Amino acid sequence: MPDRVITYSEAIREALREELKNDPRVFLMGEDIGIYGGAFAVTLGLYEEFGPERVIDTPISEAAIIGAAAGASLVGMRTVAEIQFSDFIAIGMDQLVNQAAKIRFMFGGKAAVPMVVRAPIGSGTGAAAQHSQSQEAWYAHVPGLKVVLPSNPADAKGLLKSAIRDDNPVIFLEHKLLYKTKGVVLEEEYLIPLGKADVKRTGADLTIIGYSNLIPKSLQAAEKLAQEGIDVEVLDLRTLRPLDTEAIAQSIQKTHRALVVYEAPQLGGFGAEVAAFIGEKCFDDLDSPVTRLGGLEMPPPYNPRLEKQLVPQVEDIVNGVRKLMKG
Amino acid sequence: MIEKDLARNLLITMKKIRIFEEEAVKLFAAHELPGWLHSYIGEEAVAAGVCLALNPGDYIASTHRGHGHCIAKGVSLRKMMAELYGKETGYCKGRGGSMHIADFSLGMLGANGIVGGGIPIATGAALGSQMKKDSKVTVCFFGDGASNQGAFHESLNLASAWKLPIVYVCENNLFAETTPQADHQAIRNISDRAAGYGMPGVTTDGMDVMSVYKDAQKAIERARSGKGPTLLEAKTYRYRGHWEGDPQPYRTKADIEEWKKKDPIANFERFLLNQKLITSDEIETISEEIANEMNDAIEFGRTSPYADPQACLSTLYIH
Ligand SMILES: Cc1ncc(C[n+]2csc(CCOP(=O)(O)OP(=O)(O)O)c2C)c(N)n1
Ligand SMILES: [Mg+2]
Repeated sequence: MPDRVITYSEAIREALREELKNDPRVFLMGEDIGIYGGAFAVTLGLYEEFGPERVIDTPISEAAIIGAAAGASLVGMRTVAEIQFSDFIAIGMDQLVNQAAKIRFMFGGKAAVPMVVRAPIGSGTGAAAQHSQSQEAWYAHVPGLKVVLPSNPADAKGLLKSAIRDDNPVIFLEHKLLYKTKGVVLEEEYLIPLGKADVKRTGADLTIIGYSNLIPKSLQAAEKLAQEGIDVEVLDLRTLRPLDTEAIAQSIQKTHRALVVYEAPQLGGFGAEVAAFIGEKCFDDLDSPVTRLGGLEMPPPYNPRLEKQLVPQVEDIVNGVRKLMKG
Repeated sequence: MIEKDLARNLLITMKKIRIFEEEAVKLFAAHELPGWLHSYIGEEAVAAGVCLALNPGDYIASTHRGHGHCIAKGVSLRKMMAELYGKETGYCKGRGGSMHIADFSLGMLGANGIVGGGIPIATGAALGSQMKKDSKVTVCFFGDGASNQGAFHESLNLASAWKLPIVYVCENNLFAETTPQADHQAIRNISDRAAGYGMPGVTTDGMDVMSVYKDAQKAIERARSGKGPTLLEAKTYRYRGHWEGDPQPYRTKADIEEWKKKDPIANFERFLLNQKLITSDEIETISEEIANEMNDAIEFGRTSPYADPQACLSTLYIH
């Protein structure tokens, strides 16, 4: 049988469908996720399949969506909430950070909040400043949350299923530019554990560490660099919290060089955490300073030319690696 | 009875919005404009009726569906079109695009990509006016969907408690994106919510520009005289999808055709012709003038340069 190739959004839909089938406690809610199938058509067809009681259209009320997801999960449901663009999570930030993330700890470990918040991140669609951000570092800074960012369809399916089965609140961030990308995805059910990074390409000279949309870009950069005789390893973190520091350390022990890439503004972005870890724990393994390549220090601009310059492109990654190899 | 100048201005404003939107839609379909586009076609009477009842220095805050509000407030079509093109000559130097147009010199405090995001900002502008005693009124536009945000409820309560000079104009086009009103709130008249905040709630016919104008005038007068805010709901309808490219599985063509019978522009033209407030020749001249202005704006947008990225970084902070 030939391998089945589907898109990232189809893989997410398949994970949702399987979990809805497997577990009567699972339900979806979000803005326009019913007949319309969501702004990025991820839930298309699920309303028809599972009905309005399990695929629920909400009012435009992000604080209530996130808070109600936490509340329903607190009393035994497993809620998967979709926020139409991740930027709007900001409106529900109190419910996410002060409530959902803390309920278990504050109440002495007696409660569980098994919820998932799914939301699209990233620039590249001309949607401008309030619809294009990558704020994963905000959530990764909150003990009590788990933060997951799949970079391809197969990971998206396995990670989302694990996120839904996880007993803790999970933020599951999907890059808009990945929705239409394709990859081989197993038809049967499988899980990919949260908190485990994945080597997407093995190499000996340098490790590019990233997640989400920067993984396909890094893999392209690695192909180009291979032609110059530079053998790059690409490590996909997949989960930012908990962070798989072991996988990072292992890769650095092998390659002795690291370029950390991410789309969010460089200052204070998650790459800073990765770089700090490498500086602290892998210092003796390093042949050159660990280097970050993040986004520019501005909100996403509308004009597509500017927007492209905002975030690291394949060429920027190639240049970043070349510089490090010289150093 | 309506005076001739006002009638003409209301008609010109509505037509300008309609033609701008028709052109923008075409340019977007031809991939000349990037990003996302939310058309205001069908709702012109609301922006025109409300904004023409304001004084030139008054403030407005707008939404993602904001082109109509901008035009009714008198912004430059050239700069607006250039912004849609993402060019340096645009209102926001191409940084903002369709969902983020502002002209502070005209009291246009900005469109907004966050549903409900403009409501507290507008409330703050009214607070500023009250403190400065500048006699300005703020109008805050938002949709039926936005009336379900916490920001809406918090703002109305605060404005009413403090008697702020503001009018909250809810454009109830019966859909929050693709979700019908009946599925997102249990009430039919959003103006009912005013009672909970102790302010007048008024529902007006948003397809009838005179109805909007008169009800807006009353609410603006009340705000200016220090009596506090009003929630003015205009029942209206958007003819096109939520955004360009929306397949609209949530309504039928027949629904749209039914609403088109109430078209605010066609009906107002007929009314003015019947009342002999305008002639067919005059209408034709108005349309030609707008078409010329529009062509000029498109040419300006098309031929303007893009921004330099370095200059872009320098606008983030005041140095
Ligand atoms: C906080 C927030 N949530 C969701 C969205 C996505 N969105 C954009 S417009 C819209 C519908 C808004 O409905 P309404 O307020 O009725 O305005 P209309 O589009 O009908 O003019 C939605 C859900 C958004 N931009 N901001
Ligand atoms: Mg609406």
